[in-house]
Amino acid sequence: MGSNSLHVLKGINFSVKEGELVAIMGSSGSGKSTLLNILGMLDELDEGSYTLDGVPIKNLNETKAAQYRNKFLGFIFQSFNLINYKSAAENVALPLYYQKVGRKERHEKAIKYLEQVGLKQWSSHLPSELSGGQKQRVAIARAMAAEPKVLLADEPTGALDSKTSYEVMDLIQKINDAGNTILIVTHEPDIADMCKRIVHLKDGVIVEDKVVEQVRAQQYV
Amino acid sequence: MWLFDRDLWLEIFNTLGKNLFRTFLTMLGVIFAMVILMLLLGSANGMSNGFNKIFAGTASNSLFVWSQSTSEPYKGFERGRRINFRLEDAEILKNQIPEIEVLAPRIELGSHRDVVTVYRNGRTSGSSVYGDFPAIDNITKKQLVEGRFINQNDINDDKKICVIGEETFKLLFDKNENAIGANVRINGVFFTVVGIYKPSKNINIDGENAVFIPFTTFQKAYGSGDRMGWMAISVEAGKKVPVIEQKIKKILKAKYDIAPTDERGIGSFDMSEIFNNITAFTTVLKAFSFFIGIFTLLAGVIAISNILLITVKERTKEIGVRRALGATPKVVKRQIVLEAIVLTGFAGLIGFSISVAILGVLDNMFGSGEEFPFQNPMVSIPQFLISFFLMVGLSVLIGLIPANRAIRIKPIDALREE
Repeated sequence: MGSNSLHVLKGINFSVKEGELVAIMGSSGSGKSTLLNILGMLDELDEGSYTLDGVPIKNLNETKAAQYRNKFLGFIFQSFNLINYKSAAENVALPLYYQKVGRKERHEKAIKYLEQVGLKQWSSHLPSELSGGQKQRVAIARAMAAEPKVLLADEPTGALDSKTSYEVMDLIQKINDAGNTILIVTHEPDIADMCKRIVHLKDGVIVEDKVVEQVRAQQYV
Repeated sequence: MWLFDRDLWLEIFNTLGKNLFRTFLTMLGVIFAMVILMLLLGSANGMSNGFNKIFAGTASNSLFVWSQSTSEPYKGFERGRRINFRLEDAEILKNQIPEIEVLAPRIELGSHRDVVTVYRNGRTSGSSVYGDFPAIDNITKKQLVEGRFINQNDINDDKKICVIGEETFKLLFDKNENAIGANVRINGVFFTVVGIYKPSKNINIDGENAVFIPFTTFQKAYGSGDRMGWMAISVEAGKKVPVIEQKIKKILKAKYDIAPTDERGIGSFDMSEIFNNITAFTTVLKAFSFFIGIFTLLAGVIAISNILLITVKERTKEIGVRRALGATPKVVKRQIVLEAIVLTGFAGLIGFSISVAILGVLDNMFGSGEEFPFQNPMVSIPQFLISFFLMVGLSVLIGLIPANRAIRIKPIDALREE
């Protein structure tokens, strides 16, 4: 890693407005994950600029990147990435812990977000006691707990069956309805159709960027 | 202050508690190391205490000087001349050598190591009989079983009293008889017993069976004039006994016309030499114990570091998630180092408790023995604190290895989907 540089993204001009629900599509190797990693400050760009909420994101050291991630971004992963020895509520409260939010307030907020994803009564359960869909909902609650500017979801439904996928998408749509900006990386067209805008990547360039009529996931649930 | 952050500690205990068996195995090395270190140090202390017990009652910074016969002709005197010290020598030495703390002259009935018959009601005891000053008690403390030792009044009034040893008591009295106030006869003179003492089994310059009478009484009763057989001398703390010994000999040799090269005219025995040897022995023993213990401890702490390295590898993904959620490298590093400290600290305390228990058992088994120098084998508080903090310090340094490994994990690599 590091030394063998490979130009994955070759000139991307792309902006997202507040409240958008964007699907980033493309086949594997198209650069969609790299784009998400750069947006997520997990990876650095070699050239160009990235501005988030008016803040230029450039030359971040690890500490600064961690702080920005915590403040601006919520992550949703394909494999959920919950910490397996922490309860649902503790998992949700983790970003708040890194914000140095007090213990009691943290717990209250965690419960509040678990309630929003419909898992309040599961708050004290460990991830191993939850189904895949429930785990992803806990992960969504965790991503939202720090009230970030943007939610970044990397194949959020990749590990779920279609029924559960639609449930999760329904939840994501509702969160978006409440005014949150969400970017989803996916290769499933039906998931992408549930967003408001689809960006197609191919070989590191945007080949298509279109606003679509949103398919509500509600009807499949 | 992060040190009192409950969440931080909960995080650490959660992580360690998640895999209790592994945590315990990790700690085992340090527990053993601590037990070994504490046992070694405790035993060395016990041995040192044991030697101290043996020499209790004898001033360590002391020497004994006595007169002998010359072995070289000098200033017209032939060899083999018998030297006799005079009581005035004591004053001369005290005046000329200010480092002398106590100087107790002594005279012995008969020649050196001769026994004199002590009579009582038809019973006899072959004893060494000494004329002494009370000051001798400051150099070799008599362990009195009953009564008292010679005091200044006895000297001033030439009282006909004596202090006898347990051995003498056994030979002259019945088991339950009261010896105090009884009379014994030595060379035709009657003395009243005022005290019985128990001779030390380990350091004994008086012989097994000895009787002490006041120096002045000795002079009058046996007409010894101002003759003096020995001097028991204690030297100020911190002054070198061998140096004082040479000064004393030089003065006395000049006074009695003994050749400066004559090794035999004046006899002497340096008590501090024994003490120094034993102190050196126990010090080396302690240092050696510490040395071994610390390296064992180092091995134990390295084992902890190793396990933490494995743990970090296993937790790559978790650490990546934490980083993505906003954990700064500092926070991650702190957590790993604190895990190392907590593991080591706990293990150290457990090891310490175990070793205290073992030392207690050892003390019970061997501690009260008269022959074997072993008493109260405990680790001193400074020794414990030094070991403990050294160990914790090591764990910080060594915990940094897995901690640095942990912060080298880039969240992007940790989160990469397989």
